[in-house]
Amino acid sequence: MSPIHDQGYRHYLGEREPHGRAWWVIARSHIVTAMQHRGFRFILLVAWAPFVVRAVQIYVASTNLPVAEFIATTPETFRDFLAQQRLFVFLVTIGQAGLIADDRRTNALQLYLSKPLTRVEYILGKLVPPLAYVLAVTLVPALLLLLLQIVFAGSLAFLRANLFLLPAITLFSIIQALLSAFAILALSSLSKSRRFVSIMYAGVIFFTAAMYQALRGITNSRTWAVISPGEMLDVIANAIFRARAVSPVPVYVAILVVFVIIALSIVILERRIRAVEVVA
Amino acid sequence: MGSVMQPVIELQRVGVRYGRQWALRDVSATFPTGAVGLLGPNGAGKSTMIKALLGLLPPDTGDMKVLGLDVRRSPLQIRARIGYMPENDAHIPRMNAVTFVAYCGELAGLPSADAMQRAHEVLYYVGLGEARYRLIEQYSTGMKQRIKLAQALVHDPSLLFLDEPTNGMDPKGRDEMLELIRDIAHNKQINLILSSHLLPDVEYTCDHVVVLDKGGVATEGPIAALKGPGGRVFELRVKGEAGEFLAAMRGAGLECHATDEDVMRVFVPDERGPRFLFTLASQHKVQVRHLRASVPTLEDVFAKAVGDV
Repeated sequence: MSPIHDQGYRHYLGEREPHGRAWWVIARSHIVTAMQHRGFRFILLVAWAPFVVRAVQIYVASTNLPVAEFIATTPETFRDFLAQQRLFVFLVTIGQAGLIADDRRTNALQLYLSKPLTRVEYILGKLVPPLAYVLAVTLVPALLLLLLQIVFAGSLAFLRANLFLLPAITLFSIIQALLSAFAILALSSLSKSRRFVSIMYAGVIFFTAAMYQALRGITNSRTWAVISPGEMLDVIANAIFRARAVSPVPVYVAILVVFVIIALSIVILERRIRAVEVVA
Repeated sequence: MGSVMQPVIELQRVGVRYGRQWALRDVSATFPTGAVGLLGPNGAGKSTMIKALLGLLPPDTGDMKVLGLDVRRSPLQIRARIGYMPENDAHIPRMNAVTFVAYCGELAGLPSADAMQRAHEVLYYVGLGEARYRLIEQYSTGMKQRIKLAQALVHDPSLLFLDEPTNGMDPKGRDEMLELIRDIAHNKQINLILSSHLLPDVEYTCDHVVVLDKGGVATEGPIAALKGPGGRVFELRVKGEAGEFLAAMRGAGLECHATDEDVMRVFVPDERGPRFLFTLASQHKVQVRHLRASVPTLEDVFAKAVGDV
């Protein structure tokens, strides 16, 4: 027999962490891994470009320049900013396509689930990175813009007059982040290829939008917006930011659609995240 | 390691099924401390048993205890104290070896700094010290087997489940892996369950064996005891109507198993002796061309329990 390379195995005598923190280990690892990817860092950087433009706009609006009255800061400024960010939400979400698909490809699920963690912890750990990155390109810059408005204006008058903006920005960003994160996770659990997951996600977003436009053109009715998650987010955003409703779809229907998508994603995850695939 | 009297695993009338198909049926077994081999032909239920013990497959019937803890009630506590080396290739993508092993340590409950320190130690122990900064995707099959062992060891488990640990390894790598397993079980005081279809691997590393067949326990006990009942094993080659002779030997109550070649292994009880074989051969007009006393192996135990191998 060949010799053992090193007999220096030692028993561990240190403290062990209590159960329930594995989700954070998973989440932290994925957040760090994504940031190590140059392309992903570039997307995050570009995603903050609209913030810079809006910041300049808010600054100019707070000055005495003649153009200031045309670009005055209103609640719509923040609503429009979040709508603008949707492209980056899409790109950042696509960047997380391999979260579960990669684990399925390399049979890592059985490794995870043989550790002292539950399936819920695993899913939570995988959910946090897309949530964090979507919020990093929506909630964080929008709140910073609000803060800049206060700083540039030198008063709290705007915030006092529009106190709903703080919860509105937070609530809408969270709804958008939850929808994106659950959708990409569910799709990621359906395949072993992150590329295929990306295509599926893009397909869902663009196909539903195109279908809506086509059906709207054919039937001349905007109620078909219910098939498009993007349109439903617009309905919810208009309601949250107290903007004029464009779509005839009531906000509770839009919320219901978002809820159904998230619920469906949870059902898919519940069925797909198993260490042992049982084919009955 | 627990006391000698305290079994590591206890199964009482355990049944696990996939759909309508029972993979384990009414299994009762006890795994003592030390190294225990879990043997059985393909489809016998070895992997199913391991997954059920890990709490990954809830049993449909019966009770299971691992390290004195009920599998249904305390799966997380059990998994914190065990290490699992799966049969197939498994790793976390886009990680180098040391990051992967440290990550597994953290998932198992080690603080971050301790997990990293132990990852380095364990990787040296399994022979991957020099390759610990390489991406696992670049590893050979043998190295992937070692990294799976490292991730199972990093949190210093009380019990290791090794599912076909030498699969796909070259002879040198296989020997080294077996040496490691033997060292873990006999010098590092870590209990282990070695699931394998390779009988020599189990015989070399384990002291005790549980043989599964068709979802049930065919036999269990210390290997030495199972190999050593009164009687001898003979290798036998004959010229003539071997099939008829084989049937005659079985009719006379002898255990006979054909091997890959034309050699039979025959278990002859002490009271009969080799002369009985010659007499029987003469009666059936076959010539005994080769007769050699052999040492009973685990293969004989397995064959006796399960049937021809």
